[in-house]
Amino acid sequence: MQNQIHDIENQALEEVQSAETLEDLEMVSVRYLGRKGILTAYLRGISSLPADQRPDAGKNANLLKMKLEKSIHQARSRIQTAKTGKSSGIDVTLPGRRRGYGAIHPITRVLDEISDIFIRLGFDLAEGPEVETDYYNFEALNIPKYHPARDMQDTFYVSDNIVLRTHTSPSQPRTMEKMQPPVRIISAGKVFRCDSDLTHTPMFHQIEGLMVDKRISFGDLKGVLTTFVHQFFDRQTALRFRPSYFPFTEPSAEVDIQCVICKGKGCRVCSKTGWLEVLGSGMVHPAVFENVGYDTKKYTGFAFGVGIERMAMLKYGIDDIRKYFENDMRFLGQF
Amino acid sequence: MKVTLSWIKEYIGLDLEPEEIASKLTMAGLEVDAIENLYAYLQDIVVAKVLEVKKHPDADKLSCCVVDTGNGTPAHIVCGAPNVRPGMYSACAVPGVILPGDVKIKKSKLRGQVSEGMLCSGAELRLDTDAAGIMDLSGEYVPGTPLNQALDFADTVFEIDLTPNRPDCLSVMGVAREAGAFVQPNQKIVKPDVTLAPQRFSGTSIHDHARVDIKDPDLCPRYCAGLLFDVTVGPSPFWLRRRLESVGLTPINNVVDVTNFVMLETGQPLHAFDYDNLAEGRIVVQKAGDAKEFTTLDSKKHCLDSDMLMICDGRRSVALAGVMGGENSEIASTTTRVLIESACFNPVSIRRTAKRTGIATDASHRFERGVDPDGTVYALQRAMALMADLGNAAMAKDIIDACPEPVVPVCIELDPVAMNIRLGTDLSVQEISRILESVEFKVQPAGKGCLMVSVPTFRVDVTRPEDLSEEVARLWGYNRIDTTYPPVPAKGRPVNPVILTRRTVRNILNGLSFSEAINYNFIAKDFCDRLRLSENDTRRNVVQILNPLSDQMSVLRTSLLPGLLENMRKNTSQQTDTLQLFEIGKTFFNTDANALPDEVEMLAGLITGNRTRQTWYTKKQPVDFFDLKGIIEDLLEGLGIEEVIFSRIDDAVCPYFEPGYGAKIHKQGDIGVLGKLSHPVLRSFGLKQDAYVFELDLSAVMAHMPDQIQAKPLPRYPSISQDVTLIVDQQIPVGDVMGQMKTIAEKEFLVEDMYLFDLFEGSPLAEGKKSLSFRIVYRSENKTLMEKHIRKLHAAISSRLVKTLHADLPE
Repeated sequence: MQNQIHDIENQALEEVQSAETLEDLEMVSVRYLGRKGILTAYLRGISSLPADQRPDAGKNANLLKMKLEKSIHQARSRIQTAKTGKSSGIDVTLPGRRRGYGAIHPITRVLDEISDIFIRLGFDLAEGPEVETDYYNFEALNIPKYHPARDMQDTFYVSDNIVLRTHTSPSQPRTMEKMQPPVRIISAGKVFRCDSDLTHTPMFHQIEGLMVDKRISFGDLKGVLTTFVHQFFDRQTALRFRPSYFPFTEPSAEVDIQCVICKGKGCRVCSKTGWLEVLGSGMVHPAVFENVGYDTKKYTGFAFGVGIERMAMLKYGIDDIRKYFENDMRFLGQF
Repeated sequence: MKVTLSWIKEYIGLDLEPEEIASKLTMAGLEVDAIENLYAYLQDIVVAKVLEVKKHPDADKLSCCVVDTGNGTPAHIVCGAPNVRPGMYSACAVPGVILPGDVKIKKSKLRGQVSEGMLCSGAELRLDTDAAGIMDLSGEYVPGTPLNQALDFADTVFEIDLTPNRPDCLSVMGVAREAGAFVQPNQKIVKPDVTLAPQRFSGTSIHDHARVDIKDPDLCPRYCAGLLFDVTVGPSPFWLRRRLESVGLTPINNVVDVTNFVMLETGQPLHAFDYDNLAEGRIVVQKAGDAKEFTTLDSKKHCLDSDMLMICDGRRSVALAGVMGGENSEIASTTTRVLIESACFNPVSIRRTAKRTGIATDASHRFERGVDPDGTVYALQRAMALMADLGNAAMAKDIIDACPEPVVPVCIELDPVAMNIRLGTDLSVQEISRILESVEFKVQPAGKGCLMVSVPTFRVDVTRPEDLSEEVARLWGYNRIDTTYPPVPAKGRPVNPVILTRRTVRNILNGLSFSEAINYNFIAKDFCDRLRLSENDTRRNVVQILNPLSDQMSVLRTSLLPGLLENMRKNTSQQTDTLQLFEIGKTFFNTDANALPDEVEMLAGLITGNRTRQTWYTKKQPVDFFDLKGIIEDLLEGLGIEEVIFSRIDDAVCPYFEPGYGAKIHKQGDIGVLGKLSHPVLRSFGLKQDAYVFELDLSAVMAHMPDQIQAKPLPRYPSISQDVTLIVDQQIPVGDVMGQMKTIAEKEFLVEDMYLFDLFEGSPLAEGKKSLSFRIVYRSENKTLMEKHIRKLHAAISSRLVKTLHADLPE
């Protein structure tokens, strides 16, 4: 049997090689692989062999079949090329017919990415109006009229009591008024400040987070924000919590991360300090709880806010905040 | 706020490097923005040895000197100082150096003699007031040594970005107190002694000369005053000028400088009145009432509100309380009797006055944030002692201390257990007490494990146990608190569908080669006119911003189109002339000036330029209406919204469309519009190229999205298609024809689909006619259809169409 298959192979391959026309080739193909072909007949005969020889014989015959098919295919191409004087097929290096693909704005990308991180941590998404009452933007957050903290946020006014929200924090009292703890929400969107220069645009984006429950601690705040920073940048990014002041949190903390550009060595982006200020945060001030009717003895909570433009700058190496809102395709097309 | 290290060290011993102090202050909540070397400018000034001195040949008062400045070649310098002599060491500015006051030293000729630099006086280098001669340095020096090294001059200026809750640190003593808390063991500040020798006092008491009446104790809880006689007003001594200049203040005269110095030192703003300008020697603290105008000491006139707090004398206003003094009572060079005010005012009242008059002073800044109500007396005594000394004056016996309500320190009961829970710490009562005491809180046990904490009066920001938790946390160190993870129940809620819809829309449009834009919410007010909106268009109900950054950003948008058109202008100006842009954003409609506007979230898009650019397989083809319509159809299909109707829009609804080129999109109600922008509108946005836009109401779109997808089984038998060509009036919209076909098809269960595959107009068709060819797809659920099965049905459908549409069949 072994010799027989060898003979078939040698004979068949030689005939394929010597075929000069497509008709010759077709005849060779029929002679060996056709319904009544030599190799076909051989394959049929295998079933009559002793059981121990069948597997090997079958395998060899099938290998030969594949080899023969491949060789016929190659011969066809050879014969065609000889006939027309050029190789068959197409110029695959011609550019394809592009349908085009759009880009998602980098701010949206970062907003979605950050939202998804917090959704995985069990936070829900809430949204609020972009034009807000003085009450929710300030008073409910423990910033009464004529409080010096109002100087920290240059406000656009629509009327005495209506403002363009200066932060996403109004979502805190708005959410808490509607539900009892446990609360775990984030709220993203546009915010507005009367400020425009090289590093400030009058509109920008924030994500606010709020978690309220029994026994929520400052340590938990550190844990959640550390997880966030590690997921958004990488697990090696160091964090530093620094005392600060927001009227609606006590204690308040600024969160610095190790500069993601120079890895803490000091560069232009971090003003040689090795640190970047990226988050404001703190434990919810009891006055805020009192304003929404939460029991300050029973519940504690933390809140934080992130500036999206800055995060996107760090993530994508964007150097000018004003590019975000010019919508130049040469910029957008990179995302 | 600026403070210098040497000044801090007046009150506390501190053996730390400036960088370490800055870092510790920052980590305690006093963010140090910058550290500067106060004497950095002396780095370029060198010690020089005078080798020779000769008289200038052509000038009596000048000398020609040869000076060793350490660079190897002796320099020739012309000097006018009388004290220059061979062998002396002095300070030299070589060419290229810039002296304080922006004086640049150049190589020059003085009366014909070359001068390669300048020998400097102490005054020229702002080191003392001696301008009579050049510096005469005693001792031996190596010429060329930088002056700051040679004289061992070093001081550091810390620039602190203080948060508004810490007015106590708007003073050098306050910063020193903080610094004392982070050295081990903790150090307390030592305040300068203010007791004075008895001979400094005059024979009379202040009560014989002056009187203070507080008419509004709510707005002025305390007013202290002191009086000095025989004051000589003149320049301050060097040390005082130096202190003020080192933190950026300009010295004025000894009286004013002392009030500023004590304010910087203690945080208590002071004001000095010329006593002889105070009618009846009286101080009356009251609201402005009928007084209409007041001129402050910077000669500016201000209109008064009746509730502004004023300091008055027996007849008239003499100061805007806590904000600025009046021109009518300010200290002049002729002043001899000075009344010093050291008071405490209501923060809100001061802030309101400062805002309304537009004045912000160091005093108002501190009063707005709250000064120590118990700090007035010390500051007054300190100022009087200094003034008596520097102005060679005599003090009236006693001071006035008008204090309607005695100051009672705030006491807070602190539960260490609750505090440890809040912080996630496990601090002992002893540790908590130590930390609080390090910044002058007084702590006593209060039973049941609680502590009674008495808050120092200068800490006006601390009123609750939570405030104490911040004190403990910041002084313990935020970064020493363990990082923990809150338990989160495995119980979630579905993600807000609006957010999911936005993401789906973005992804679909992305695949359709649209890019996302984000524009400002505020735009120029004239956009309504530029869009040619009619007078009663609801989009004219814009929300105005009272304090816009510019006219170009003065109203909130009621349409996303102006933003997209501006993006098109920007891009085409950068040679990007093919664009597919979309934006998802809110529009704002004014309803009632006192209510929040309606916020309507819109999805709008724009296409312009070419469908494809020129390639090897096709020529450039400009986009048209049907490119955009196809995109909308794809988008709506992608969102699962079926059976949407497009119909021609009334030209008045969207006056920015070219007449006849606009459509509305509806399904039950209106979803949106699309169309071609008219040329006048394009021109008014500075555009030349055709553009097509769409606007969809996102909530209307969402309302039609199916809650879930319901899969259908696949057909088991093949379909068969038959065509029908109808010749109809050109005026009949294809949509109407297809509507009719649909009505018929709905009754015939074998009809699966039908679509237009050819449209023809012109010869040989009659004028005013068009030919429409449709393919009707038939399929049965239970057998393979053959032509014979549907012959009759197809003929019936064709003839019914002909009849209802008054159509003809082709010949």
